Amino acid sequence: MVTDEVRLSVEPQIRVQTSKRRLYIAENWPLYAMLLPGMLLLFLFRYLPAYGILVAFERFNPALGVLKSQWVGWDNFVHLVRLPEFWQITYNTFFIAIVKVITLQFCAIVFALSLNEVGSHTFKRSIQTIVYLPHFLSWVVLGGLMLDLLGNTGLVNILLRATGNAPIIFLGSNDWFRPTLVLTYLWQEVGWAAIIYLAALTSIDPTLYEAAAIDGASPWQRIRYITLPGILTTIILIAILSLGNVVDAGFDQVLNLYNPSVYRTGDILDTFVYRAGIQSAQFGLATAVGLFKSVARLVLVAIGYWLASKYSDFQIF
Amino acid sequence: MVEDKSLGWRTFKLFNYLLLAAVGLACIVPLLHFLAVSFSDRSAAMGGLVTLWPVRFTTASYQQVLNTGLFFQTFFNSVVRVVLGTVLQMAITILTAYPLARAARKFKGRNIFMWLLLIGLFTDWGLIPWWLTVRQLGLYNSMWGLVIPPALAPFSVIILMNFFRDIPSELDDAASVDGASHWTKLFQIYIPLSTPALATLTLFAVVFHWNQWFDGMVLINDISKQPLQTFLRTIVIGLDASNLSIDPASAQMYSDRAIRAASIFLSIVPVLLIYPFLQRYFVTGIRLGSVKE
Repeated sequence: MVTDEVRLSVEPQIRVQTSKRRLYIAENWPLYAMLLPGMLLLFLFRYLPAYGILVAFERFNPALGVLKSQWVGWDNFVHLVRLPEFWQITYNTFFIAIVKVITLQFCAIVFALSLNEVGSHTFKRSIQTIVYLPHFLSWVVLGGLMLDLLGNTGLVNILLRATGNAPIIFLGSNDWFRPTLVLTYLWQEVGWAAIIYLAALTSIDPTLYEAAAIDGASPWQRIRYITLPGILTTIILIAILSLGNVVDAGFDQVLNLYNPSVYRTGDILDTFVYRAGIQSAQFGLATAVGLFKSVARLVLVAIGYWLASKYSDFQIF
Repeated sequence: MVEDKSLGWRTFKLFNYLLLAAVGLACIVPLLHFLAVSFSDRSAAMGGLVTLWPVRFTTASYQQVLNTGLFFQTFFNSVVRVVLGTVLQMAITILTAYPLARAARKFKGRNIFMWLLLIGLFTDWGLIPWWLTVRQLGLYNSMWGLVIPPALAPFSVIILMNFFRDIPSELDDAASVDGASHWTKLFQIYIPLSTPALATLTLFAVVFHWNQWFDGMVLINDISKQPLQTFLRTIVIGLDASNLSIDPASAQMYSDRAIRAASIFLSIVPVLLIYPFLQRYFVTGIRLGSVKE
C-alpha cells in the first residue's frame, strides 16, 4: 500500500516536466523553422560582410583573397588622413546631408500645414497625387530629367535667356552644384516627407481650433499656438532619428548628377568609395573610408536612439 | 470649424492655395515637358523648341526605342527581377514577422532574434565588404545576386510584425484551443487579416526592385543581363568607366534627346501604372510603421 501511494505521488510530477518541454517543442518548432531563412539571409548579408573590414588593413589583392593579402595595419588609414580629398569629402558629406535634412523637414512642415488648411477635398487629393510621384522615381530617371532640364540647352536656361539673364551651369559649377543637389532633393521628397506631419496633424484636437476661432485668432496665431505645438513631438522625433542619416548625403542622387568638375563641392564619402574601390581597385583605401563612415553612422544612430527614447516615447519593441 | 471671413483669413487661404498649386506645378511641369519632348519630332526636340506640348507629334522615338533589342531585353530582365524579388521578399517578410510577433514569454529566444534583426538593420560595413561578400557567394553576374541580398528587408519585417501584433489575441487563443498549428494560424488568420499591410509592402517591394540600378551596375558584367535602370543609366547619364560601352551606332541614337525622353518614359510606365494602387495603400503603410504605444 505504501509503495503504491509513493509511486502515485512521484510519477505525475516527472511526466509533467518532460511533457512540458516536449509540448513546447512540438507546438513551437515551426516558429524556429520560419525564422531560419530570414536569419540565414541576415547572417549572410548583414553580419558576414564584416570580414570584409579586414581589407581596410591590407594591401588587397583580389586573386589572393581577404585572408591571404598582405597585412599593412593602419597604413591605409594613415594614407587616407593625409589625403586632402578625404577631409573635403567628409565636410561635403556632412554639410550636404545636414542642409538636406533641415530644409526638407522645414519645407515638409510648411507643406503639411498648408495642405491641412485646405478645405477642398479634391484639390487636396490631386495635389497629393502629383507631389508624391517623384519619390517613386529612381535617380537614374530623375538624373536624366535634371541633366536635361538644367543643362545648357535645357528648359530652365532657355527661360533664363528669354528673360535676359545669363545661363547658369547648375550641374557643372562648384558654386551651383550643392544648391542644385538640395533643391532637386526637395523636389523629389517634400511630398513624401510631409506624410508623417499630415498624419500628426490629424491627431490635434479639433475643439482647440474651434476655441481659437471663437476667440478671434489670426491664422498665424492659430499655427503658432495650436498647430505647431501639436506636432512638436513628431518634429523632434524625426529630427533625432535623422541624426544617423547625416553620413548619407544621397549617393544615388550624387552619383547620377555629378561629374569631375564638381568633385570639390559635390564628392561625398560614398561616391569616393565607389570610385576608389570599384573603379580604381584601390580596395584598401575604399574599405577604410567605408569603415570610417560606418563607425560614424553607428555613433550617430546610437546617440539618436538614446535621445529619442529619453525625450519622446519612441520604442521599437 | 467656424469660418472667419476676415481679410487676414482670406489672404491666408489664398496664399495657401497658391503655394500648393505652385508646388504641384513644380512637380508636374518637368515631367510634362519631357513627355512632350518624347512625342516630338527629333530636330524640334534638339533645337529646344518644345515646351509643354509636342512639336510635330510623332511616336517615332518610342518605336525606335522599343525596337532596340537591348532595351527590350533589359526591360524583360527587370520584370523578372521584380517578380522574383517581390515574391522572395514577401515570403521572407511574412515568415520572419510571424514568429517575432509572438510574445516573448511564449516564444523562447524571441528577444534574441529581435535584437539580431535590429543590429542587422543598423550595421552597414560599407560598399566593398558587401560587394566582396556577394561575389564570394557566387552571386556575381546573375539575377540571383539582385534578388537574394535584398530578400530580407528589416523595415518591412518590423512593420508587418507590428501589424500582426495588433491582431486580437483572442483569435489566436481560440485557434489554439481548436488545436491549430502555427502554420494554420499564419495562413488562415494572420495573412488574411493583414491584406492592407501586405498590399502596401508588396507595392513597396515592387517599386524598390523596379528602381534598383546600382547593384545591376556593380554585380553584372554582361549588359544583356542587366536590369532596365542600369541600362537606362548608360543612356541618359552617360557612359561610366566601369560599364561596358555600348556600340557606337547605339551611342549615336541615344544622343538624340527625343529618344532619351522616350526611354525614360517607357521605364517609368510600370510605376505610373501601379501608382493609383500605391496611393490607396501607402498612407496606411506609413501609419503602420509609425510609433505604437
